[in-house]
Amino acid sequence: MKYGTEIVFSAILTLIALLGAAFAVDDAFRYHMLIAVVLLGGFTIALMRKEDFAPAGPVDDTRYMDGPIRYGVIATVFWGVVGFLAGVLVAAQLAFPDLNLEPWLNFGRLRPLHTSGVVFAFGGNILIASSFYVVQRTCRARLFGGNLAWFVFWGYQLFIVMAATGYLLGITQSREYAEPEWYVDLWLTIVWVVYLFVFMGTVLRRKEPHIYVANWFYMSFIITIAMLHVLNNLAVPVSFVGSKSYSAFSGVQDAVTQWWYGHNAVAFFLTIPFLAMMYYFVPKQVNRPIYSYRLSIVHFWSIIFLYIWAGPHHLHYTAVPDWAQTLGMVFSIMLWMPSWGGMINGLMTLSGRWDLIRTDPIVRLMVAAIAFYGMATFEGPMLSIKSVNALSHYTDWTIAHVHAGALGWNGMITFAAVYFLVPKLWGRERLYSVRMVNWHFWLATLGIVLYASSMWVSGIMQGLMWREYDSQGFLVYSFVETVAAMHPYYVMRVTGGLFYLTGGFLMAWNVYQTIRGRVRDETPMGVPAPVAGAAVQPAA
Amino acid sequence: MSEKQIDEISGVSTTGHEWDGIKELDNPMPRWWLIVYYATVVWAAAYVIAYPAWPLISKATTGLLGYSSRGEVRQELDAAQAAKADYVAGIRDKTVAQILADEKLRTFATAAGAAAFKVNCVQCHGSGAQGSPGYPNLNDDEWLWGGKPEDIHKTIAHGVRFAEDADTRVSEMPAFGGMLEPKQITDVATYVASLSGRAGDATPAVLSAGKEIFAQNCAACHGADGKGNRELGAPNLTDAIWFYGSSPEAIAQQIRAPKHGVMPAWSARLGDVTVKELAVYVHSLGGGE
Repeated sequence: MKYGTEIVFSAILTLIALLGAAFAVDDAFRYHMLIAVVLLGGFTIALMRKEDFAPAGPVDDTRYMDGPIRYGVIATVFWGVVGFLAGVLVAAQLAFPDLNLEPWLNFGRLRPLHTSGVVFAFGGNILIASSFYVVQRTCRARLFGGNLAWFVFWGYQLFIVMAATGYLLGITQSREYAEPEWYVDLWLTIVWVVYLFVFMGTVLRRKEPHIYVANWFYMSFIITIAMLHVLNNLAVPVSFVGSKSYSAFSGVQDAVTQWWYGHNAVAFFLTIPFLAMMYYFVPKQVNRPIYSYRLSIVHFWSIIFLYIWAGPHHLHYTAVPDWAQTLGMVFSIMLWMPSWGGMINGLMTLSGRWDLIRTDPIVRLMVAAIAFYGMATFEGPMLSIKSVNALSHYTDWTIAHVHAGALGWNGMITFAAVYFLVPKLWGRERLYSVRMVNWHFWLATLGIVLYASSMWVSGIMQGLMWREYDSQGFLVYSFVETVAAMHPYYVMRVTGGLFYLTGGFLMAWNVYQTIRGRVRDETPMGVPAPVAGAAVQPAA
Repeated sequence: MSEKQIDEISGVSTTGHEWDGIKELDNPMPRWWLIVYYATVVWAAAYVIAYPAWPLISKATTGLLGYSSRGEVRQELDAAQAAKADYVAGIRDKTVAQILADEKLRTFATAAGAAAFKVNCVQCHGSGAQGSPGYPNLNDDEWLWGGKPEDIHKTIAHGVRFAEDADTRVSEMPAFGGMLEPKQITDVATYVASLSGRAGDATPAVLSAGKEIFAQNCAACHGADGKGNRELGAPNLTDAIWFYGSSPEAIAQQIRAPKHGVMPAWSARLGDVTVKELAVYVHSLGGGE
């Protein structure tokens, strides 16, 4: 039987979810478990329909396992569009509060849907898919563990859907970027350990003498996220058939644990593994060697060592002891150059092939991504300085910083990876349209510029208004006046988000057409379009 | 594993590793990068000596500068308080009317009251003190409980219908829904609307019926002419200023089952000095008497 174990496992999970729904102590948990029953039951039935009783043929270990990667790339594009859409919606709600549709679509529930959607669903899927792609090719080994890679893919999608539907039902731990409740956390832990198992197993059976730098970054990502996820989510459920739990930590310890996690979600989810993607896709796309091996070693180990300590800079001027604030700040400052090591290695890999920026929009996306990475990793240490933080903290400046990093670095390097992977995974000669990639690039860039600049202005203005005192030492603005002053910038942000979302739709269309095997009839990039009556310019 | 070779474009040697066609150059780390990296490490070392940094068994090192964030806040607050001390003492010792007469104290109290207003009062009265349905506009000259400095001070200090304060302002219009017939209520509402010219095309019969009901039930508090009574907090019904809506329907609703707004007593929360400052500020808004 092809899927015997899988069907049994999936059926047992369906049963557990059904029991959870039957004995639920709160309505939210009951509805959430019913959603799980529908998902898992549907999955079990789908597996049973695909079942084949002929004896399975031997697995060809010389071939790479690309099935879960194809699904992962499609999921990346799908969740990307969903996440951007949720982002535009919450941005619009901030500008026009009447758009809060109570209770399921209010800001409080949609905001984690947006953050988890883009970070864990869009980002997470490309990380899992690209890590499976890169580790096989740089180790010259098929993925370890057979169908476990499929389990990682589907298990992760279940996590995403359960997290997202939980938010809409109002189920949350109220821990930023760790909102899912205890049972969804447990499920993710299982999926993540299996992911580690598959990845490490593949590395261990590599046919290359050395482990490629991208794989160091992927490994540190998988291991550290496991540690962060488990520790930050230590909690005691009120009931094993209820949706509420209480954290194992309280007070300042709780805050420090949360921001140790929160900051390292930025580090080990949005920085380290995306550098892994950069280390593979940039040299492949430009066909140049990595600039400096030594730099990659030094910046890898220094970034790993320093990043994990920087969390307390999220808690400056709070009840967190001064010594912890100091350490959070100095480690963040020391992190500046190790972060820029990645930028240097990425950009300098282009040396000798800078002309590709003109002709290859995928390279353009990569270069812009690395540039935004450099900007964000300079801004981060700067914001961690206590006196800067006194102005920037709790304002939109933080939002500007995060989005310059997320839209610029994570988004653009992911778009580049998707455009790189799709033709190769589906055996197409090229993308449906390279010019559409260029459109996507410009829409995304304009979107980021609109978004980040409006939030920079709004954030700094907000911070200055909050701390504005008159000559006699009295507060000048009431809070509501600072809110009213931000309105035009919030509208600009929605516009920027719409640009970015439109780019996402273009990508989805381009990927869809490429998978269908279509090729758009268009003039190649970098060649001037023939103009009637004008002589074609000779290439410079 | 491939051999080390010289890269044609850069002239630099590769490391001899190769994965899926990716090679690595044996470039040194950029010198400026290393220098800045070392500089941040040196800076960090100096900073952790100067500031609280190293956790020990029972407490952390305090740093050579003796800095603490709590100490810094304390210093700033002390300095701010010292700078205001003379003014605050003056305000404490004087009545609101005396403060208004003193140019320096009045200027200070107006600024201080404006700041306190922004934190404590804007939620109901609006950031421009313009009010909102159920919450009075403080910029005009209509006062429910009086617009003289001491009246305003008393209202802020003790609140309106605030149960926990013995001296709070109290008034309670009865619910006439159980006392008058529905027709009588709409008639008197129409009459009240007519006092400020809002009765539309009401017939003289309705108006005279309403006038009679008003004289019997309402005039005791609102006055025979409907101009209100500040002693009782009874609003003037003849002007264009309305608390809960000016249409005959809204007025009828308020007669049938009146809403009774509550304002907290602020003296216990903010202290007498701040309450006086607020009274000076509110008095300065335009309607002060």
